[in-house]
Parts: sequence; structure tokens; C-alpha cells
Amino acid sequence: MSYIHIEHAGKSYVEQDQIFRALSDVNLDIERGELICLLGPSGCGKSTLLNAIAGFDLLDEGVVEIDGKKVNAPSTKNVTIFQNYGLLPWRTVIRNVELGLEQKSLKKEERRRIAEHYLQVVKLEAFKNRFPGQLSGGQKQRVAIARALAVEPDIIFMDEPFGALDAITRMKLQDDIVELCRNEKKTIIFVTHDIDEATYLADRVVVMTPNPGKIKAVIPVPLHHDRDRTSGDFLLVRDKIFDVLSMKVETDIEYNI
Amino acid sequence: MKKLLELRYVIVSILILLIVWQIAFVFSDYSAALFPSPLMALQALGEMLVSGQLLTSLGTSMYRFVIGYVLSVLCAVMLGLLLGCIPPLYRYVNPLLQVLRPVSPTAWMPFVVLLFGIGDVPAIVIIFIAAFFPVLLSTASAVFRMDPLYFRVAESFGIKYPALLWKIILPAIFPSIANAIHVSLGSAWIFLVAGEMVGAQSGLGYQIIDARNNVRADYLLATILVIGLIGLLLDYLIGRLEKAILRAWGGA
Repeated sequence: MSYIHIEHAGKSYVEQDQIFRALSDVNLDIERGELICLLGPSGCGKSTLLNAIAGFDLLDEGVVEIDGKKVNAPSTKNVTIFQNYGLLPWRTVIRNVELGLEQKSLKKEERRRIAEHYLQVVKLEAFKNRFPGQLSGGQKQRVAIARALAVEPDIIFMDEPFGALDAITRMKLQDDIVELCRNEKKTIIFVTHDIDEATYLADRVVVMTPNPGKIKAVIPVPLHHDRDRTSGDFLLVRDKIFDVLSMKVETDIEYNI
Repeated sequence: MKKLLELRYVIVSILILLIVWQIAFVFSDYSAALFPSPLMALQALGEMLVSGQLLTSLGTSMYRFVIGYVLSVLCAVMLGLLLGCIPPLYRYVNPLLQVLRPVSPTAWMPFVVLLFGIGDVPAIVIIFIAAFFPVLLSTASAVFRMDPLYFRVAESFGIKYPALLWKIILPAIFPSIANAIHVSLGSAWIFLVAGEMVGAQSGLGYQIIDARNNVRADYLLATILVIGLIGLLLDYLIGRLEKAILRAWGGA
């Protein structure tokens, strides 16, 4: 059986006396080391699905299993990276990175060494004694990534981690993620509503649609790791996703360049 | 430059007070013993300083104030954290708090004097009550208003009680607590005088009663001036502390 196994997942909310189907009959299998992007417009249940796999919000129907074990609480083997970084503003950068390590029985020097190593990985070792308030959004998210990597998790959940960043910073961080995560061989589940981002990062893109939230299609991205955002293959995959989301203009347009 | 400007405001403002006071003194029909001039009050202040009476009173009052206030803040923060972290407990205790909160601390005075007698304790108790409720309620509500993201981060890294309390919750709400203890300091200082007027035979509050009994309006006004200045000084000091905390917390 696959590493992460999701079967008949469903969840409903009651909002103003109306039942809202956030997730309906979702089936998905994820292999170890895969980078999966959950893509879709808001309300398609992608964050709900992520939270169900991470154990933050449990499902009403169906099961989520990781490594054969049913998920019913967040596990310390996995970490989540949030859109708003979740850094502790009263701790310096390095002490933020140490946060997860403090739960493990490590010596103080060892903890510091590991934290420094991962700050180096995200190229922020020069900022280790700054406070998060003194960093830019991109730097903050890199601190959050270092903090997540430091605990050596099996799975990293990313909930629209670059949603609050400008387009260029976002692309830089996407490159970092690709590089880091290929080196570290982590399983990553990445929620986004950005089609380019999904195409650039994912091994497989899970396209979801709302009302009720369900999986519309799972699109494999058969590109090598050094992807070119402007190559023909890249655009082809991107095109396919547009197609699934029925966002292509139907009529033929004549181009005059 | 800005400091100088502020100093100018302070001086002008005090001058206006002194001028109005002096004019009132000159034109009023009251005897100088009942309504003294600014100069007479200042002389009284000098006499109190020289005789050592002022410093003794001040020392006694500060001793009571520090004990009552610090104890109150510590208890209120701890209980506030407890109530904030256990919402069901809060729901049961909150109605009781809402009934007790609007009661003026002075209302407890006769009861406290009957139980503990005249001395340090009534003043300490009244200061305790004055600071307790605002700090308690701000602490509890600060826990409720905490960004849920902090709890998710804690959960994600497996941080549980009791580490959750001192690693996440307490630092996250510390700016709110600092603000509450700043605000409550003022009211605690106000009630110190009330407490000493009723339940003590020493201290600044008692000095007011003593001045009244001896019909020394100049002493009375001088004491009021000292109470005001000390209150201002305390507020300034804790305001500085609050600002330093906010800065260290990356806010403001």
C-alpha cells in the first residue's frame, strides 16, 4: 500500500443552517518522497484535505492513513508551514529554528549546531540574531522552512506558504523549495491556487473543484527537476491544468504579432 | 528638540496652575489656614522634608504599595492564565468576576479593618483588589484572543502543557499583560491613599487625615502634590518598561 492513503474522505460544515460540503469522496494515494500540489480555487477543500492529512481537522467520513496508521492527531514526525509563517516574534531567528528541537532530548550545543546548519541551508545564517519583525516576508518564510527542516520531518505540509509574497520573491522561494526538498528527499504536500507554482513544483498536481470539494483530476508532471518556466513542455502541462479547470477560452483567437 | 518642547509644555502648565491658585488665594475670603497660597504649600513641603516626616510616610506607603501591587499582579496573571487556558472554568467563574469587579475596593474597607485591624494589611488588601480584576480579565481575554496560528505551530512541533504555557502562551500575551499592569498601576495608586485614610495610622494617605485633623491645609496640599508626583513617576517608569517589552516583542 502507498505511503499516504486517503479513501472516501468527506467533511461537511454547517454554515447559517446550510450544509457545506468541504470535501466529498476524495481518494488519493501518495508515495514516499513525492511532491504533491493540491490546486484549486478557494472553497475547493484543498486546505481541508491538507489539515485532515496533517491531523489538525479530522474527517467526518473516510480515512487517512500514513504508513498504514490512521491519522487522528498531528504527529511530531510531520511539520506544517503556514502562509503567515507562524514565527514567534519574541524569539530571535535562531531561537525560532530551535523551537521544534527543544521538544527532543538534545544538548544545548547540539541544538544550536543543528539550527545553525539549517539556517545555512536557507542562506540566513547572517540573520540568526535578528528578530522576525526585522525580516522581509520571504526571509521569514525561509526561517519557517529552516525550522521545519531542523526537526527532520517525514512529511512537510505547506499551506499556501508563498501566498503573502510578491511574485518574484515567490519564484525565488519556489527554486529554494525545489532544491532543498530534492536534496532532503522529503514527502511534501503543497496547497496552492497558483497554476504556475503547482506546475513548477509538483510531481503530480491534484486539481480540485468546489461545491462539493472534490478531486477533478490528478495530473502527473513528467518534467525533470530543473524546470524552465518558459519551455514548451512546461506550458503543455500548464495548459492541461487550465483545461481541467475549464478556464481555456473556447473560441479560436487569431494572433497577430 | 522634542524633549525641550515637552519641557516647555510642562513648565507652562505648572505656571498656569500656580498663577490661578495665587489669584484665587488673593481674592478669596477664606483664611490662609484653610486655603493657603502656593508658597505656603511649598514651605510646608520643605518642612515635611526637613523633619523627615515625608520620607517616612513615603517609605511606608511604597512598602505597602509594592507588596500589594506585585502580589496582585502575580496572582491575577496566574489565575488569568488558568481561566484563559481552561474555557469551561472561565465560564463558571466569569459571572462571579463580573459581580465583584464593579465593587469599589473601598467598599471592602470596613470588612478588612474588622478582620485584620488597623495597619499595613488593609492598605495592601485594597491595592490588591484595585489591581486584581483588570489584570485578571485582560490576561484571560488575551489568551482567548491569541492568534490560533501559535497553537497550530505548537501542535505541529508537539509542544504540550506545561511547556506550551511558558514557551508560547505567556510570551504571546505578554504585551497585553504589560498593558494591563500599566493601566492598573494608576488605579492601585489611587486606592492606596483611600486605604491609608481609613485603615492605617501612617503613610501618605494617613498624612492627609492627619493634616485635616490638625487643620493644616498647607500640609494637606503639599501631600497631594507629592502623591500626584509619585503617581506620575510610577506611571512613567512602568510605561518605559511596557515600551521596552513591546520593542523586545517585535511590535510597535
